Amino acid sequence: MTDFVVSARQLRKVYGDQAVVDGVDLNIESGQCFGLLGPNGAGKTTTLRMLLGLTPPDGGVLNVLGYEVPRQARQMHARMGLVPQADNLDPDFSVSQNLRTYARYFGITKAEFETRLPQLLAFASLEHKADAGIATLSGGMQRRLTMARALVNDPELVVLDEPTTGLDPQARQLIWRRLRELLAQGKSLILTTHYMDEAERLCDRLAIMDHGRILVEGSPAELIQKHIEPQVIEVYGPGVEQWGVDLGRNLTQRLEQVGETLFCYADDEQEALASLRQYPQLQFIHRRANLEDVFLKLTGKELRDA
Amino acid sequence: MPDFALPQFSRRCFPIWQRHARVWLKLSGPSLVGNFGEPLLYLLALGYGLGGFIGEVDGLPYIVFLSTGIICSSAMNTATFECLYSTYTRMKVQETWAAMMAAPLSLDDIVLGEVLWAGTKSLISASAILLVASLLGLVSGWQALGVLPMAFLLGCCFGAMALVVTAISPSYDFFLYYFTLVITPMFLLSGVFFPLESVPAWVQSGIQLLPLYHIVEVVRPLMTGRPLAGVVGHLLVPIAYGLAAIWLALALLRRRLLI
Repeated sequence: MTDFVVSARQLRKVYGDQAVVDGVDLNIESGQCFGLLGPNGAGKTTTLRMLLGLTPPDGGVLNVLGYEVPRQARQMHARMGLVPQADNLDPDFSVSQNLRTYARYFGITKAEFETRLPQLLAFASLEHKADAGIATLSGGMQRRLTMARALVNDPELVVLDEPTTGLDPQARQLIWRRLRELLAQGKSLILTTHYMDEAERLCDRLAIMDHGRILVEGSPAELIQKHIEPQVIEVYGPGVEQWGVDLGRNLTQRLEQVGETLFCYADDEQEALASLRQYPQLQFIHRRANLEDVFLKLTGKELRDA
Repeated sequence: MPDFALPQFSRRCFPIWQRHARVWLKLSGPSLVGNFGEPLLYLLALGYGLGGFIGEVDGLPYIVFLSTGIICSSAMNTATFECLYSTYTRMKVQETWAAMMAAPLSLDDIVLGEVLWAGTKSLISASAILLVASLLGLVSGWQALGVLPMAFLLGCCFGAMALVVTAISPSYDFFLYYFTLVITPMFLLSGVFFPLESVPAWVQSGIQLLPLYHIVEVVRPLMTGRPLAGVVGHLLVPIAYGLAAIWLALALLRRRLLI
């Protein structure tokens, strides 16, 4: 029997007369990294809050780590860790005091905590900063400390809400490495992100949400294979529209104009590339289709300000 | 519709209290100066300055009368400030509460932790003033130590009342309504500066419905060595206010945060 860390059936949340989450079914397997993606206002945050037991659902059945949520949220929290979107560390405490205070919320004894502290500091790469104040830490350091804090209770499931938003590339790389370590330890991860490369790289499975529903679910490779042509050529430069109308639409499966760039999707890109080489004023990049192409195809290309 | 389920009290509020205490210890310097300084200035300026003109009030030298009132009003203000400004910061600005709620702590635990911490801060404030009053020779005997549990009770009561306001506040500015309409009238009329009998009967009846007056009525005999009277009745009022406020604040906070 497969072990699920989350199983949700027909989850629903209504604010006013708008169903923000509208019949979501989720089965998240243990030991995997599961990604929840979607544009702003798609219902990701509300779904996540329901999984955490912080928002009572208006309908559906929800089970997290074997506990009925929100009724047994407290027991579930004892075995879960959360890395929230905005770091909410205690600004008046040092690095180790932050961890110690949080451990007390879980009823972890002083002796037990002191044996775990070196591991937590090593995980955050903050061994040399144990007594530093929070204000002296960089954004990446604060984020790593927030991650270490989510591990004080050695949780089975770690939920990360946009773990690398606002971090520089080096800091992101380190966070990714740490997330892999957690997976290697057998922990389950649920993460939301706006970075498709991050989702493609880390997630075993993911779901793309929009308008309160799950549009598609699967592994990144499956989703790319199933929902989009394998080859993409991005074309821009003077006369790009004319090339598209005259030649591009016959040489590829699908064209989409976004801003000044023409995206050409094809099973076989050779003919289109040959044609483009005849037009020196056109710039083009050929690449393989990725998760971002799937995401944009399914959720549309217009700007979301919701 | 708010969720009016009764609060579930448990020992889990203790680590929350401990967290607040540790933050306070880190920043206790300025806080203690406030605890000692402001009431001391009131006592000296009004007690000796105004006291010279007034002489005796209610059979007591004015500074003695005033010190028994100031110890109560300071405890009230300390708890009120804590559960308005500091609590709002923890709830909304620093999101300390959100971190707690991701741990196995519920809103019930958090609210109880805030209330007990408000009581503790009032206890610290009252201890400071009691020490000053003793050094000035304004306290009549050891039974004055009974003031300390009264200050704790008063702090819990006013802390809980302030939480109700915090629960519905859109911003810090909103607190001024509560100060102007509730706290200041109570501060001025509850027998801190002059006996309740000096105001019209209808005002007296109103003040007797509010908690500060009742604590002053217990604290004054404790500090001056006069016989205590009607203690149970006097204690029931702040206890009732405190419990009702915890219940209401929790319902309003559930509506605000667990949506």
